[in-house]
Amino acid sequence: MSAPLIGARVQRKEDYRFLTGAGQYTDDVSMQGQTYASFVRSPHAHAVIKKISIEKALKSPGVIRIFVGKDLADAKVGGLPCGWLITDVKGQPMKEPPFPCLAQGKVRHVGEKVAVVIAETQDQAQDAAELVKVDYEALPAVVDPKKASSSKPIHESAPDNVCYIWSIGEKAKIDEAFKGAAHVTRLEFLNNRLIPNAIEPRAANAQYSRSGEDYTLYVASQNPHVERLLMTAFVLGLPESKVRVVAPDVGGGFGSKIYLYGEDVVVTWASKQINRPVKWTAERSESFLSDAHGRDHVTVAELAMDKDGKFLAMRVITTANMGAYLSTFASCIPTILYATLLAGQYTTPLIYCEVTAVFTNTAPVDAYRGAGRPEATYVVERLVETAAREMKIDPAGIRRKNFIREFPYQTPVALQYDTGNYEATLKAAQRLADVSGFEKRKADSLKKNKLRGLGYACYIEACGIAPSNVAGSLGARAGLFEAGEVRVHPTGTVTVFTGSHAHGQGHETTFAQVVADRLGLGMEQVEVVHGDTSKVLFGMGTYGSRSIAVGGTAIVKALDKVVAKGKKIAAHLMEAAESDIEYDRGVFKVAGTDKKKTFGEVAFAAYVPHNYPLDKLEPGLNENAFYDPANFTFPAGTYVCEVEIDRDTGKTEIASFIAVDDFGKIINPMIVEGQVHGGLTQGIGQALTEGCQYDKSGQLLTGSFGDYCIPRASDVPSFQLDTRETACTHNPLGVKGCGEAGAIGAPAAVMNAITDALGVRDLAMPATAQTVWKNLQENRHARI
Amino acid sequence: MTVKVSMKVNGKPVSAELEARTLLVTFIREHLRLTGTHVGCDTAQCGACTVHMNGKAIKSCSIVAMQAEGADILTIEGVAKPDGTLHPMQAAFKEHHGLQCGFCTPGMVMNALDFAKGNPNPTEHEVRESLEGNLCRCTGYHNIVKSIVAGAKAMGGKS
Amino acid sequence: MHAFEYHRPASSKDAVALIKGKTEARFLAGGQSLVQAMKLRLSSPTDLIDLGTIKELSAIKVSGNAVEIGAMTRHADVAGSSAVQKAIPALAALAGMIGDRQVRHMGTCGGSIANSDPAADYPAAVLGLGATITTSKRKIEADKFFTGLYETALEPGELITSVSFPVPKRAAYMKFKNPASRFAIVGVFVADFGGKVRVGVTGAGASAFRQADLEKALSAKFTVEAAAAIKVKPDGLNNDLHASPEYRAHLITVMAKRAVEAALK
Repeated sequence: MSAPLIGARVQRKEDYRFLTGAGQYTDDVSMQGQTYASFVRSPHAHAVIKKISIEKALKSPGVIRIFVGKDLADAKVGGLPCGWLITDVKGQPMKEPPFPCLAQGKVRHVGEKVAVVIAETQDQAQDAAELVKVDYEALPAVVDPKKASSSKPIHESAPDNVCYIWSIGEKAKIDEAFKGAAHVTRLEFLNNRLIPNAIEPRAANAQYSRSGEDYTLYVASQNPHVERLLMTAFVLGLPESKVRVVAPDVGGGFGSKIYLYGEDVVVTWASKQINRPVKWTAERSESFLSDAHGRDHVTVAELAMDKDGKFLAMRVITTANMGAYLSTFASCIPTILYATLLAGQYTTPLIYCEVTAVFTNTAPVDAYRGAGRPEATYVVERLVETAAREMKIDPAGIRRKNFIREFPYQTPVALQYDTGNYEATLKAAQRLADVSGFEKRKADSLKKNKLRGLGYACYIEACGIAPSNVAGSLGARAGLFEAGEVRVHPTGTVTVFTGSHAHGQGHETTFAQVVADRLGLGMEQVEVVHGDTSKVLFGMGTYGSRSIAVGGTAIVKALDKVVAKGKKIAAHLMEAAESDIEYDRGVFKVAGTDKKKTFGEVAFAAYVPHNYPLDKLEPGLNENAFYDPANFTFPAGTYVCEVEIDRDTGKTEIASFIAVDDFGKIINPMIVEGQVHGGLTQGIGQALTEGCQYDKSGQLLTGSFGDYCIPRASDVPSFQLDTRETACTHNPLGVKGCGEAGAIGAPAAVMNAITDALGVRDLAMPATAQTVWKNLQENRHARI
Repeated sequence: MTVKVSMKVNGKPVSAELEARTLLVTFIREHLRLTGTHVGCDTAQCGACTVHMNGKAIKSCSIVAMQAEGADILTIEGVAKPDGTLHPMQAAFKEHHGLQCGFCTPGMVMNALDFAKGNPNPTEHEVRESLEGNLCRCTGYHNIVKSIVAGAKAMGGKS
Repeated sequence: MHAFEYHRPASSKDAVALIKGKTEARFLAGGQSLVQAMKLRLSSPTDLIDLGTIKELSAIKVSGNAVEIGAMTRHADVAGSSAVQKAIPALAALAGMIGDRQVRHMGTCGGSIANSDPAADYPAAVLGLGATITTSKRKIEADKFFTGLYETALEPGELITSVSFPVPKRAAYMKFKNPASRFAIVGVFVADFGGKVRVGVTGAGASAFRQADLEKALSAKFTVEAAAAIKVKPDGLNNDLHASPEYRAHLITVMAKRAVEAALK
């Protein structure tokens, strides 16, 4: 009997290769006859392409071929599809302008791909790319989403630059509730645009095989099967069997590697044209310009309350920037993954949300860690904290007064929460944060000329987006299940194939823990395989904190089938009735006897079926499962942040950060803590340091790590974490997901702390030293 | 222009004819096929390319290979013992979950090894300051800091 | 990076001879700025003359009243030098604040000064301490060296060989970092030579400069209050994403205050 592995802090199986330089990322793959691609990108935010001259570039040393948009059009290579159709307030489909892989006659954001140069070396490709001459006729550009509808059309099919106007809730009823409210809190803010910046830049390396007439694409993707599906069915017009997509080790994603990108299509298509493998690896400057960005909402939010601070209604009007094109899941982020979360942890009975999604001359915007839910949490938690201050109610008290306490709970914005205990996480967080000692700490800070503030965020998120039929009715064009396969080998070792993809989350360990625990095997007997469409039967990829709740459950379903079949085999071997066989941690037993067969013996019998019920049962022990969840899962928690602000410079330091999360059952606490640390740091980054900025003409001002500040080690503290557990009610592991929570809850907690320290209603993110200093200047007299 | 470059990498003498503009990291990754050293940016901030040159941590993306002519280079592939046993710093990263996607990890470990040589008992603050030149987007640094504190202790000020 | 011809002279004399006539050639010191600029194709020299193996250029000499740093001395070596730490602790501290550990192992004093990056640290010390720059041709006073954005008094082909920093009575450098690049948004080097105070400011202008009002006030009275009383005018200061001229002007006073406080400790 082995100790339970579910819940254990098991060290990661994947670490050895990463620590010894043996990891294999896409750019590490080098193929026989390798060539290198360099993309010519638009320096204009909006321009007509008058002419592209490639003659000089073609003569540059080492150049093999150069392709432009026309070459793709002539070859009938399609544009990139959007995976989610939003139907607008009038019942009309959203505007879906073409999204070409290489520009067709017009460019719509700085960094858009205009041509690709393929050469013998990377340097040669870049040398030649500089020689491609493009004549542009510049057009006026729009960057500010609030100005989009009054600006020059970016796409013919969207003359007012509006992609859709969508709403949820009954506006008239909510307007009525506001009229009768004792107090209304209103905030206007920008949810700052972020650039994901996984440390591994995007990369793709494709090879065409003339013998198989098929392609192999290595790509830094979170989502290899969907990448293949979109590329074959919608863009290249090939059967799926003709493209193998391998997402090997992937160096972080955070959303930015979910999507099908034009570069992936171009290198794949080009590998056949030149009959040699073509590799493209983004330089970081290209990542800044061309990876899908995140957030970028302009919002007016109002909360109506009775005289005691009980929430009566919420009204939220948001303009969401889609960028120049609709990225793969762009349209569902500010709608399905945003407005539906506006109930937060509270019983607000009436909620109305209206979202106008617009095109601008900026890089496409799509899901970035949290995707819609950080924006929703920011709205709710900034409103709630501000309401408490305005009504002079304790910020924790106002939350308690409005907490949902009975489950299941049907929110007014479509979701039904299955379980939760918001009081438990709040209480634990308050204790860890020593909230009662805050006033003393504040006085101590002031002695050092520093302002101290404390802020809460009680977040909720919806993970494992589901079920497929509900998602379908909301516009999803793909299923949202997950697939898993448990292949038991003759000696009883196991290979697990999962459609989830790991790019830092440690699935090779977590999933192996689930399997080893359930089957009673050692960790070394279980291997987890993911990321290769030729190995894994199908997959929907990893995003939305869905892997353990959906992918993990698919594996559990397959495990159940393995055990069920094993029982039949064991019954035969031990000449007992199948109903008398029990399975416990690696051993099949006949109930009430000492007869037993190990898992290995049963596996061996399945593959060497000399003594086997061949008349009733197929040999082999290999089971698949597809799992489509019954509902979202709803992780929730309370974060408490304390900041100290240097009054001289405006610099904010995170003095302490407490995170108490309810992720349901936890498989590996060590890995879960790591996910929270990383999410918190990205959330703190959004609040303090990160903000994508374009100038008015659409030039990216924050185009390198020298100008766009992702947090460094000295920018964040060590975190204090704890968990409370209410098990998810609708999956067998009781798990909810943990990947995004930190990024969802942290921005509101930090900004609540900063506004508390400064004694102001609101401050724009990111609260850089300069922003805070300016605020201190403006409010100097009021404060002293 | 082609140049001839010779150096020692992970104890082995290597030489090659290169274009003069070849970066040290390109030489290591493309010519020697030691792909554990990574490139995460083009402006010298991320530190994923960190290697040791003559015992000191440097960014291999920020020098041309010729600047390492005759030098002793250590990459992540040369850190574990020949029998595969992890170096105490590597082991500390594993034990304390100091890595997630693994992409920044070689640079983190190489920098940490150099830092810890003279710092057997660093404070958390010193470790955070020492990571000025290394970016990680996954871990929030919390466990990297723990790993380096533990690794430095295990190294006892030696390499 | 564009292609270039690579040269590796054995002495500074050879280096200077090699560059003669090559108008688009550059000396390569540590490469921490130049190689970056070349990678981004912002700089495309025809020739690189690598100074890395010229031994005579990397030495630290401390005499009674000056610290002389060879042009190719790495920042880490200056930061870690017990002689520098003893003679001008502020200079060692400044070298230890440049870039990051890895950059400090490659970057050099001469390279930093010759580049005259508006946000580099060394120029603040050069001006604050009134250093003398020795080149292959002559000696240049600090006050005449930095002439503008990435511009210096160096003539084509002229090579910095060493920089001599006078030892002050007390000094300190305070830097407010750009959160992204970690260069100085404002860095202030304050040096008291016994009643005569020099204040070098980096990060705030087209190139490093001396701040006369602070110098006057601190020469009269070397106290935190004296620095705090100076309101710096924002006119002509740098304006970028990270800091407006007004913010930079304010930070000059704050960093000066803190530098004085540190120098007095």
